[in-house]
Amino acid sequence: MATVELSFTALPAHVRTARLVATAVARRSGVDESLLDEVRLAVGEACSRAVEGHQLYCPAEPVRLALTDLAGRFEVEVTDTCAPGARWPGSPAAAGDGAGIPGLSSQDSNGAGLAAGLGIAVIEGLADQVQISETAAGTSIRMSWPSAGASR
Amino acid sequence: MDLKLDHHSKDGIEIVDVEGEIDVYTAPRLRELLIELVNSRFYQLIVNMEKVEFLDSTGLGVLVGGLKRVRAHDGSLDLVCTQERILKIFRITGLTKVFGIHDTVDEAIAARRAEK
Repeated sequence: MATVELSFTALPAHVRTARLVATAVARRSGVDESLLDEVRLAVGEACSRAVEGHQLYCPAEPVRLALTDLAGRFEVEVTDTCAPGARWPGSPAAAGDGAGIPGLSSQDSNGAGLAAGLGIAVIEGLADQVQISETAAGTSIRMSWPSAGASR
Repeated sequence: MDLKLDHHSKDGIEIVDVEGEIDVYTAPRLRELLIELVNSRFYQLIVNMEKVEFLDSTGLGVLVGGLKRVRAHDGSLDLVCTQERILKIFRITGLTKVFGIHDTVDEAIAARRAEK
């Protein structure tokens, strides 16, 4: 069972709340202060991605966030319930190399497609471990960081 | 905190001052301002991010979108940022190679003038 579970309506306004909760639980779980910014940003990216997907494909369904204080690890799982095949615009393939950023040549001027691809790149760049799995129910992004395992 | 936006002209360049958090909720406001400025024929932009407390990929996408818009008019969009927590996101995504990132507004203006 997760230490803290959060379920929220798929609205951008709630992503900030999710970030704040995740940061607070990470701190209490003994994640080093120097990593809290990374937790905050990575959780925000995963939740933003889920919210955008839900708004496109299943706006009535909530986004789920599970925060678990394991032995020496702080684990975060963000789960969406978008149907398989309901993919977001953009691709992480181009991220990581500014020279190849497609936003300057082929993406829309609003940068929305680019952001979707960059989000995964940011998560992979920040989280200590990342596992992205797709099931019949949707997509799960599981991230973790080392922790002191301070409390439950 | 929420997002505060302001802008003013300096040496013929429009300076956009951003304060607070740029995320999936607030980024549309920054996008609207950048579009408004370009529609008002401001093609030389500097976005001052010294008071930005949080920036995610949605914000990055808005900045890239702004850059694309001004470049369509032979313009420029440079950034002012010295905060390591924000610069790290630009490094992870490789966008340090796309944007001119400067320590101060004056330095950004001088760099832009030197390129002309």
